Amino acid sequence: MTDVKPRIKVPKTAKKGEIVEIKTLVSHVMETGQRKDAQGNPIPRRIINRFTCTYNGKPVCDMVLHPAISANPYISFFVKVEESGTLQMSWFDDDGSVYKAESKIEVTG
Amino acid sequence: MMRSSAASRRTVMKGMGAGALALGGLGFGIGSARADLAKAEKLLKELIGSKTPQEGKVRLEMPQIAENGQTVPLTAAVDSPMTPDNYCKVIHIIAEGNPEAGVCSFKFTPLSGRAEFSTRMRLAQTQNVWAVAEMSDGSVWMTKTEVKVTIGGCGG
Repeated sequence: MTDVKPRIKVPKTAKKGEIVEIKTLVSHVMETGQRKDAQGNPIPRRIINRFTCTYNGKPVCDMVLHPAISANPYISFFVKVEESGTLQMSWFDDDGSVYKAESKIEVTG
Repeated sequence: MMRSSAASRRTVMKGMGAGALALGGLGFGIGSARADLAKAEKLLKELIGSKTPQEGKVRLEMPQIAENGQTVPLTAAVDSPMTPDNYCKVIHIIAEGNPEAGVCSFKFTPLSGRAEFSTRMRLAQTQNVWAVAEMSDGSVWMTKTEVKVTIGGCGG
C-alpha cells in the first residue's frame, strides 16, 4: 500500500537532559479482522502490529499493537535527550512492510 | 445532553439485567460480560505470569463517556524516576469488553525519561479498560477505568 505515510512531530532542539515529547501519526486502515464485506466474507486483518523508536541507535521504546488500536494510529511518548542525534521510528505492517521516519534533535546549552 | 442519554441507557441496561446482552442487541453480540472478564484475566496471566498486581502507581486517563468507540483517546503513565536502576518496563492496556482483550503493550527504557504514552483505541461497548505496569524491580501495578460507549467501534 502506498498511501501509508508516517507524520511525526519532533522538536528540532533540546537542552541536555531535557525530556521531550514526540508525536506520531500514520495513515493506516488498521483493519481489525472482525468486519465482514457486503457478501458476508470476513475482511482479513491488516494492522500495524509493532512500533519502535531508537535514538542514536539506542532503544527508546517498543510498542506491540493489537487490532483495538484505532485506524490511523496516533502514538505519543517521551525521550530523554543527552546529546545531539537522530530519532528513528519504524512501523511494522502485518503484510511485512516497514514504514520509517526519522528526525534530528540538536542539543543546545 | 450526553449525560442524560447515557444515564437512560444505563437504566435500560439494568432493566435487561445484562449490559453485554443489551449491547449485543445493537450489533455486538460477543458473549457475556463474565466470559469477557475471564478472557481479559487469561490475557493478564499470559502477560505478567503468576504475579499479583497491586493497586496504584499507574494512571490511566480516558474520557468517562466516548461518543464514538472507533477512536477513544487514552494516556497511560506511571510515577517512576526512570533511572537505569528503577524504571517502568512496560504498560499493558487491556479492554475487558472487546472481542480481543489485548490493546497494546508499550515498553519503555530509561532513555524514555518519562513512563507515559498516549494513543487512541477502539471500544466495542461500555466496559472497563485496564492499565497494568511492570517495573524493573518486578513489581506489578494496575488500575481500571470505566468508559461508557455510545457507538461501539469494532463491528462492521
